[in-house]
Amino acid sequence: MTDQQAQNKIKTEEYFINMGPQHPAAHGVLRLILTIDGEIIKNVEPDLGYIHRSIEKMCERDSYQQIVHLTDRMDYLSSHINNEAVCLTVEKGLEIEVSDRVKVIRTIIDELTRIASHCLWWGVMGMDLGALTSYFYAFRDREMINDIFEETCGARLTMNYNVPGGLMFDIHPNFVKRTKDFITHFKTKIPEYDRLLTGNVIFQKRTKGVGILTKEDAISFGVSGPTARASGFSSDVRKHHPYSAYDRVNFKEILFTEGDTFARYQVRMMELWESISIIEQLIDNIPEGETKAATKAVIKLPKGEFYQRVETARGELGVYINSTGNKNPYRVKFRSPGFSNLSVLNHISKDVLIGDLVATMASFDFVIPDIDR
Amino acid sequence: MGVDKKRYLSQLEEEGLKQVVPADFPGKIIPGGNGGNIVVTTLDSVINWGRANSLWSLYFGTSCCAIEMMQTGAAKHDYSRFGFEVARASARQADLIIIAGTIVNKMGPVLRRLYDQMAEPKYVIAMGACAISGGPFYYNSYSVIKGADHVIPVDVYVPGCPPRPEALLEGMIMLQQKIKTENMAKKVNPIDGFDEGK
Repeated sequence: MTDQQAQNKIKTEEYFINMGPQHPAAHGVLRLILTIDGEIIKNVEPDLGYIHRSIEKMCERDSYQQIVHLTDRMDYLSSHINNEAVCLTVEKGLEIEVSDRVKVIRTIIDELTRIASHCLWWGVMGMDLGALTSYFYAFRDREMINDIFEETCGARLTMNYNVPGGLMFDIHPNFVKRTKDFITHFKTKIPEYDRLLTGNVIFQKRTKGVGILTKEDAISFGVSGPTARASGFSSDVRKHHPYSAYDRVNFKEILFTEGDTFARYQVRMMELWESISIIEQLIDNIPEGETKAATKAVIKLPKGEFYQRVETARGELGVYINSTGNKNPYRVKFRSPGFSNLSVLNHISKDVLIGDLVATMASFDFVIPDIDR
Repeated sequence: MGVDKKRYLSQLEEEGLKQVVPADFPGKIIPGGNGGNIVVTTLDSVINWGRANSLWSLYFGTSCCAIEMMQTGAAKHDYSRFGFEVARASARQADLIIIAGTIVNKMGPVLRRLYDQMAEPKYVIAMGACAISGGPFYYNSYSVIKGADHVIPVDVYVPGCPPRPEALLEGMIMLQQKIKTENMAKKVNPIDGFDEGK
């Protein structure tokens, strides 16, 4: 038998392995059932529910003010934006117009949250690809944002600063100064991030041309956020359906057409600059005004359906409230960005290596409690 | 223990020698002749000292608390000052689980399996309200386990939602203090009789 014949007789067999629920690259407790042939992935089947905390069901028993704190725990990296989504929906139902001051403060904190979230994503993406240094750099800067939040909102991570009708209390006197200090500091740090990771040859080889998501797929799977914008799908809710103070600021929607992991990386890195620019436009002219519109102690939404969408750090979050006119909602549904983004993972991970799947997942920036709720 | 430490250190300085043992070493060091020292200690205290100062934790974060756990490990708070810096992805190499986040019904068996995979001695810190009691998900939730101590025995509880990094550090130091009081002869495995509710 010649070597060629012997090779032809070798048969490979597909088998499955679990990636997760306890896996350092799964960013939490996501379980992926991988069908693999050698190191080539044939199928990816996500198994959800390892952090399903029944938040939507709990919302049905709570009053409208109480729902807000639960949304902190969904996508905990953009907790302020989640709070805002619920508050905007309730305000829409009550037909309350919040003051300009509230709108501007909400927008500034939104963008600070986005920077904090992207910082963490950048650090963890480096860590997933074997560059641990980025983790320490990113968390150093994240701490500064956490300090600002702590001073104004009273909490570092789960802020719970919004209430239906406005803000829980006014900003801290130091808020403006500390935010400006942070911006000055952070502007010198993004080029440092770029020097450390973006230009790195190993990093580029791991990310360029990996996990390509086309624009058509992005649209048909309902992908949103930076992930969709890296494929050229213009989907920024802040731009297309402005809420709060986004209609009075100038910012670019970052669009790339490559759709690979490196493009998703670049979108997020450039969004950091856009967030800084939005904060700079607003921080010096926070208008005077009420921080909370008058609402009744027991909020009752009129009978009907209400929907509001916002742009979190991961994509489009939609809040649907179905009210029967009682003090608690009949049904609450969150359209979370992570869930739709995860659905496309199988489609783009066929016939790639396991290592590339880790890179792709890192660039999607999943937060598992956001997917499971 | 270590009463003569000051004298020993000054003596070392006189002789121009470097201190070879950390300052918190639980024992007495008697400088001997010919460049050698004699160490007097008990097996218990020296083993506990070693265990307490080199706890390897498992990467185990289910939700929000995981972020604060990562912050504790990062540059500003830096738990490696206390010997926690080696985080392991495999339970078989870890000494400590920091339960950072909610444990739901589907995750419970996984947590128990991870705990069972760990080698003795093993310790557990329940970080945050969810791991202690279910936290904000105590009422009206059909899927949350009301406290991780229904699944595995817990050594230290750190309250907060999520706890500040300083609080987690405090909990870790308390765990070290607990380890330092252990007695090898009377060591009890916390999982023994756990399922029977003892």
